[in-house]
Amino acid sequence: MRLDILNSGYRPATKLLFALIRRFSGHPVPDAAKLVFYRPDFYGARAKEFTHEAMRGPSPWSVGDRELMAAYVSKVNDSAFCVAAHTATARRAYRDGPKVAAVLADLESAPVAEPLRATLRMLGKLTAEGTLRAEDMREVLAAGVSPQQVEDALAVCAAFNTTDRLGDAFGFEVLSPEGFEAGARYLLKRGYR
Amino acid sequence: MPDEDKKRAAHRALVDRILNGEGRASTAQRARAFDGDGLSPPLDTLIGKVARRPTQVTDADFAAAKAAGVSEDQLFELVICAAVGQSTRLYDAGLAALAEATVDGEDG
Repeated sequence: MRLDILNSGYRPATKLLFALIRRFSGHPVPDAAKLVFYRPDFYGARAKEFTHEAMRGPSPWSVGDRELMAAYVSKVNDSAFCVAAHTATARRAYRDGPKVAAVLADLESAPVAEPLRATLRMLGKLTAEGTLRAEDMREVLAAGVSPQQVEDALAVCAAFNTTDRLGDAFGFEVLSPEGFEAGARYLLKRGYR
Repeated sequence: MPDEDKKRAAHRALVDRILNGEGRASTAQRARAFDGDGLSPPLDTLIGKVARRPTQVTDADFAAAKAAGVSEDQLFELVICAAVGQSTRLYDAGLAALAEATVDGEDG
Protein backbone atom coordinates (compact mmCIF):
# COMPACT_ATOMS: atom_id res chain seq x y z
CA MET A 1 0.00 0.00 0.00
CA ARG A 2 1.12 3.58 -0.54
CA LEU A 3 1.59 4.37 3.15
CA ASP A 4 4.38 2.49 4.96
CA ILE A 5 2.32 2.50 8.16
CA LEU A 6 -0.33 0.38 6.37
CA ASN A 7 2.29 -2.16 5.29
CA SER A 8 4.32 -2.46 8.46
CA GLY A 9 3.00 -0.10 11.12
CA TYR A 10 0.90 -2.65 13.02
CA ARG A 11 1.26 -3.67 16.64
CA PRO A 12 3.18 -6.90 17.37
CA ALA A 13 -0.01 -8.80 18.26
CA THR A 14 -1.60 -7.73 14.97
CA LYS A 15 1.49 -8.75 12.99
CA LEU A 16 1.36 -12.16 14.68
CA LEU A 17 -2.32 -12.48 13.76
CA PHE A 18 -1.54 -11.66 10.10
CA ALA A 19 1.22 -14.30 10.12
CA LEU A 20 -1.13 -16.91 11.59
CA ILE A 21 -3.85 -16.13 9.04
CA ARG A 22 -1.32 -16.46 6.27
CA ARG A 23 -0.08 -19.78 7.58
CA PHE A 24 -3.49 -21.37 8.16
CA SER A 25 -5.34 -19.99 5.14
CA GLY A 26 -2.42 -20.25 2.75
CA HIS A 27 -3.10 -16.69 1.57
CA PRO A 28 -1.79 -13.29 2.67
CA VAL A 29 -4.25 -11.06 4.56
CA PRO A 30 -5.95 -8.87 1.91
CA ASP A 31 -5.13 -5.18 2.15
CA ALA A 32 -8.82 -4.36 2.71
CA ALA A 33 -8.68 -6.47 5.88
CA LYS A 34 -5.32 -5.06 6.98
CA LEU A 35 -6.54 -1.47 6.71
CA VAL A 36 -9.17 -1.92 9.43
CA PHE A 37 -6.48 -3.14 11.85
CA TYR A 38 -4.48 0.09 11.61
CA ARG A 39 -5.44 2.39 14.50
CA PRO A 40 -8.87 0.72 14.59
CA ASP A 41 -10.25 3.31 16.95
CA PHE A 42 -9.96 5.94 14.21
CA TYR A 43 -11.63 4.10 11.34
CA GLY A 44 -11.63 0.29 11.38
CA ALA A 45 -13.88 -0.46 14.35
CA ARG A 46 -16.77 1.74 13.22
CA ALA A 47 -16.25 1.05 9.52
CA LYS A 48 -16.55 -2.69 10.16
CA GLU A 49 -19.71 -2.16 12.20
CA PHE A 50 -21.36 -0.07 9.47
CA THR A 51 -20.28 -2.34 6.62
CA HIS A 52 -21.45 -5.44 8.49
CA GLU A 53 -24.85 -3.86 9.16
CA ALA A 54 -25.20 -2.86 5.52
CA MET A 55 -24.07 -6.21 4.11
CA ARG A 56 -25.26 -8.74 6.69
CA GLY A 57 -27.79 -6.94 8.89
CA PRO A 58 -31.52 -7.70 8.53
CA SER A 59 -32.78 -6.64 5.08
CA PRO A 60 -35.30 -7.69 2.46
CA TRP A 61 -32.30 -8.03 0.11
CA SER A 62 -30.40 -11.31 0.20
CA VAL A 63 -26.68 -11.43 0.97
CA GLY A 64 -26.10 -12.28 -2.71
CA ASP A 65 -28.10 -9.23 -3.83
CA ARG A 66 -26.06 -6.96 -1.55
CA GLU A 67 -22.74 -8.46 -2.64
CA LEU A 68 -23.85 -7.91 -6.25
CA MET A 69 -24.64 -4.26 -5.42
CA ALA A 70 -21.15 -3.93 -3.91
CA ALA A 71 -19.58 -5.42 -7.05
CA TYR A 72 -21.71 -3.21 -9.31
CA VAL A 73 -20.95 0.03 -7.45
CA SER A 74 -17.25 -0.93 -7.50
CA LYS A 75 -17.45 -1.55 -11.24
CA VAL A 76 -18.91 1.92 -11.79
CA ASN A 77 -15.99 3.28 -9.74
CA ASP A 78 -13.57 1.09 -11.75
CA SER A 79 -12.12 -0.11 -8.45
CA ALA A 80 -10.20 -3.28 -9.35
CA PHE A 81 -9.76 -4.84 -5.90
CA CYS A 82 -13.39 -4.44 -4.84
CA VAL A 83 -14.82 -5.53 -8.19
CA ALA A 84 -12.88 -8.80 -7.96
CA ALA A 85 -13.55 -9.35 -4.26
CA HIS A 86 -17.31 -8.80 -4.43
CA THR A 87 -17.79 -10.49 -7.80
CA ALA A 88 -16.28 -13.60 -6.19
CA THR A 89 -18.47 -13.19 -3.08
CA ALA A 90 -21.69 -12.57 -5.05
CA ARG A 91 -20.99 -15.57 -7.30
CA ARG A 92 -20.51 -17.80 -4.28
CA ALA A 93 -23.54 -16.40 -2.40
CA TYR A 94 -25.87 -16.91 -5.37
CA ARG A 95 -24.13 -20.10 -6.56
CA ASP A 96 -24.56 -18.50 -9.97
CA GLY A 97 -21.48 -17.13 -11.66
CA PRO A 98 -23.09 -16.47 -15.07
CA LYS A 99 -25.76 -14.20 -13.54
CA VAL A 100 -23.16 -12.05 -11.77
CA ALA A 101 -21.02 -11.85 -14.90
CA ALA A 102 -24.07 -10.87 -16.98
CA VAL A 103 -25.02 -8.02 -14.62
CA LEU A 104 -21.49 -6.61 -14.66
CA ALA A 105 -21.25 -6.95 -18.46
CA ASP A 106 -24.64 -5.41 -19.31
CA LEU A 107 -27.17 -4.65 -16.60
CA GLU A 108 -30.05 -4.00 -19.02
CA SER A 109 -29.95 -7.44 -20.64
CA ALA A 110 -28.94 -9.45 -17.56
CA PRO A 111 -31.31 -12.17 -16.24
CA VAL A 112 -32.30 -10.48 -12.95
CA ALA A 113 -35.66 -9.41 -11.53
CA GLU A 114 -36.79 -5.88 -12.39
CA PRO A 115 -36.66 -4.54 -8.81
CA LEU A 116 -32.98 -5.51 -8.49
CA ARG A 117 -32.17 -4.17 -11.97
CA ALA A 118 -33.86 -0.82 -11.21
CA THR A 119 -32.02 -0.60 -7.88
CA LEU A 120 -28.62 -1.32 -9.44
CA ARG A 121 -29.33 1.25 -12.16
CA MET A 122 -30.12 3.86 -9.48
CA LEU A 123 -26.99 3.05 -7.47
CA GLY A 124 -24.89 3.30 -10.63
CA LYS A 125 -26.30 6.68 -11.51
CA LEU A 126 -25.85 8.03 -7.99
CA THR A 127 -22.26 6.77 -7.85
CA ALA A 128 -21.32 8.09 -11.30
CA GLU A 129 -23.10 11.44 -11.18
CA GLY A 130 -23.22 12.24 -7.47
CA THR A 131 -26.87 13.29 -7.60
CA LEU A 132 -30.31 11.76 -8.04
CA ARG A 133 -33.67 13.30 -8.82
CA ALA A 134 -36.91 12.32 -7.14
CA GLU A 135 -37.99 11.13 -10.60
CA ASP A 136 -35.14 8.60 -10.65
CA MET A 137 -36.32 7.29 -7.32
CA ARG A 138 -39.98 7.15 -8.41
CA GLU A 139 -38.90 4.85 -11.25
CA VAL A 140 -37.24 2.53 -8.74
CA LEU A 141 -40.35 2.48 -6.53
CA ALA A 142 -42.55 1.90 -9.59
CA ALA A 143 -40.44 -1.18 -10.42
CA GLY A 144 -41.68 -2.70 -7.16
CA VAL A 145 -38.84 -1.75 -4.81
CA SER A 146 -39.94 -0.80 -1.29
CA PRO A 147 -38.62 2.34 0.46
CA GLN A 148 -36.87 0.07 2.95
CA GLN A 149 -35.12 -1.77 0.14
CA VAL A 150 -34.00 1.58 -1.29
CA GLU A 151 -32.59 2.64 2.07
CA ASP A 152 -30.77 -0.65 2.51
CA ALA A 153 -29.30 -0.41 -0.99
CA LEU A 154 -28.13 3.14 -0.27
CA ALA A 155 -26.29 1.87 2.81
CA VAL A 156 -24.44 -0.70 0.66
CA CYS A 157 -23.67 2.08 -1.82
CA ALA A 158 -22.25 4.30 0.93
CA ALA A 159 -20.10 1.51 2.37
CA PHE A 160 -18.57 0.64 -1.01
CA ASN A 161 -18.10 4.16 -2.23
CA THR A 162 -15.91 4.51 0.85
CA THR A 163 -14.02 1.23 0.47
CA ASP A 164 -13.52 1.67 -3.29
CA ARG A 165 -11.92 5.07 -2.71
CA LEU A 166 -9.67 3.80 0.05
CA GLY A 167 -8.66 0.81 -2.08
CA ASP A 168 -7.65 2.97 -5.00
CA ALA A 169 -6.07 5.77 -2.98
CA PHE A 170 -4.06 3.54 -0.61
CA GLY A 171 -3.37 1.06 -3.42
CA PHE A 172 -4.84 -2.29 -2.34
CA GLU A 173 -2.90 -5.09 -4.00
CA VAL A 174 -5.04 -7.17 -6.35
CA LEU A 175 -4.96 -10.82 -5.21
CA SER A 176 -4.75 -14.05 -7.18
CA PRO A 177 -8.10 -15.61 -8.15
CA GLU A 178 -7.50 -18.16 -5.35
CA GLY A 179 -6.89 -15.33 -2.90
CA PHE A 180 -10.18 -13.67 -3.83
CA GLU A 181 -12.01 -17.01 -3.53
CA ALA A 182 -10.57 -17.49 -0.05
CA GLY A 183 -11.68 -13.96 0.85
CA ALA A 184 -15.18 -14.65 -0.48
CA ARG A 185 -15.48 -17.80 1.64
CA TYR A 186 -14.43 -15.81 4.70
CA LEU A 187 -16.89 -12.96 4.03
CA LEU A 188 -19.79 -15.40 3.64
CA LYS A 189 -18.87 -17.30 6.78
CA ARG A 190 -17.93 -14.42 9.08
CA GLY A 191 -19.15 -11.20 7.50
CA TYR A 192 -17.38 -7.88 7.91
CA ARG A 193 -17.02 -7.57 11.69
CA MET B 1 -38.04 0.34 11.22
CA PRO B 2 -35.25 -0.32 13.73
CA ASP B 3 -32.94 -2.20 11.35
CA GLU B 4 -32.47 0.64 8.91
CA ASP B 5 -32.03 3.00 11.83
CA LYS B 6 -29.17 0.77 12.95
CA LYS B 7 -27.47 1.11 9.55
CA ARG B 8 -27.75 4.88 9.57
CA ALA B 9 -26.73 5.11 13.22
CA ALA B 10 -23.61 3.03 12.48
CA HIS B 11 -22.78 5.37 9.61
CA ARG B 12 -23.28 8.45 11.75
CA ALA B 13 -21.02 6.98 14.45
CA LEU B 14 -18.24 6.54 11.88
CA VAL B 15 -18.62 10.09 10.55
CA ASP B 16 -18.71 11.54 14.05
CA ARG B 17 -15.56 9.65 15.10
CA ILE B 18 -13.38 10.61 12.15
CA LEU B 19 -14.44 14.27 12.27
CA ASN B 20 -14.67 14.94 15.99
CA GLY B 21 -12.60 12.31 17.79
CA GLU B 22 -8.93 12.41 18.61
CA GLY B 23 -6.59 12.50 15.65
CA ARG B 24 -3.13 13.45 14.38
CA ALA B 25 -4.59 15.89 11.85
CA SER B 26 -6.51 18.84 13.29
CA THR B 27 -10.29 18.72 13.32
CA ALA B 28 -10.27 21.69 10.93
CA GLN B 29 -8.09 19.80 8.41
CA ARG B 30 -10.23 16.68 8.73
CA ALA B 31 -13.38 18.73 8.11
CA ARG B 32 -11.79 20.28 5.00
CA ALA B 33 -10.82 16.83 3.68
CA PHE B 34 -14.34 15.52 4.37
CA ASP B 35 -15.88 18.49 2.54
CA GLY B 36 -13.22 18.41 -0.22
CA ASP B 37 -12.85 22.13 0.13
CA GLY B 38 -10.35 24.63 1.50
CA LEU B 39 -7.14 22.56 1.57
CA SER B 40 -3.96 24.11 0.26
CA PRO B 41 -1.57 22.56 -2.31
CA PRO B 42 -0.34 19.87 -2.63
CA LEU B 43 -2.87 18.23 -0.30
CA ASP B 44 -5.81 19.59 -2.31
CA THR B 45 -4.77 17.49 -5.33
CA LEU B 46 -4.59 14.20 -3.45
CA ILE B 47 -7.77 14.80 -1.47
CA GLY B 48 -9.66 16.01 -4.54
CA LYS B 49 -8.73 12.83 -6.39
CA VAL B 50 -9.86 10.61 -3.50
CA ALA B 51 -13.32 12.15 -3.67
CA ARG B 52 -13.75 12.48 -7.43
CA ARG B 53 -11.36 10.20 -9.35
CA PRO B 54 -9.64 7.87 -6.90
CA THR B 55 -8.24 5.56 -9.58
CA GLN B 56 -5.97 8.45 -10.64
CA VAL B 57 -4.24 8.77 -7.26
CA THR B 58 -0.50 8.18 -7.70
CA ASP B 59 2.56 7.56 -5.55
CA ALA B 60 3.63 11.09 -6.49
CA ASP B 61 0.49 12.58 -4.89
CA PHE B 62 1.45 10.97 -1.57
CA ALA B 63 5.12 11.90 -1.99
CA ALA B 64 4.22 15.56 -2.60
CA ALA B 65 2.03 15.70 0.51
CA LYS B 66 4.76 14.09 2.62
CA ALA B 67 7.39 16.47 1.23
CA ALA B 68 5.14 19.33 2.33
CA GLY B 69 5.35 18.04 5.92
CA VAL B 70 2.16 16.00 6.21
CA SER B 71 2.83 12.79 8.18
CA GLU B 72 1.70 9.32 7.14
CA ASP B 73 -0.74 9.18 10.06
CA GLN B 74 -2.21 12.51 9.04
CA LEU B 75 -2.54 11.27 5.44
CA PHE B 76 -4.21 8.09 6.68
CA GLU B 77 -6.81 10.23 8.45
CA LEU B 78 -7.32 12.80 5.71
CA VAL B 79 -7.74 10.22 2.93
CA ILE B 80 -10.32 8.41 5.08
CA CYS B 81 -12.15 11.69 5.72
CA ALA B 82 -12.22 12.44 1.98
CA ALA B 83 -13.56 8.97 1.11
CA VAL B 84 -16.20 8.97 3.84
CA GLY B 85 -17.12 12.57 2.99
CA GLN B 86 -17.90 11.75 -0.64
CA SER B 87 -19.81 8.57 0.23
CA THR B 88 -21.79 10.48 2.86
CA ARG B 89 -22.84 13.05 0.25
CA LEU B 90 -24.02 10.20 -2.00
CA TYR B 91 -25.90 8.55 0.87
CA ASP B 92 -27.59 11.84 1.77
CA ALA B 93 -28.46 12.59 -1.86
CA GLY B 94 -30.06 9.16 -2.24
CA LEU B 95 -32.05 9.46 0.97
CA ALA B 96 -33.19 12.98 0.01
CA ALA B 97 -34.41 11.76 -3.40
CA LEU B 98 -36.25 8.91 -1.66
CA ALA B 99 -37.87 11.32 0.80
CA GLU B 100 -38.98 13.57 -2.05
CA ALA B 101 -40.31 10.63 -4.06
CA THR B 102 -42.38 9.38 -1.11
CA VAL B 103 -43.45 12.79 0.17
CA ASP B 104 -47.14 12.16 -0.44
CA GLY B 105 -46.93 9.15 1.83
CA GLU B 106 -48.14 6.64 -0.79
CA ASP B 107 -44.92 4.66 -0.66
CA GLY B 108 -43.84 5.60 2.84
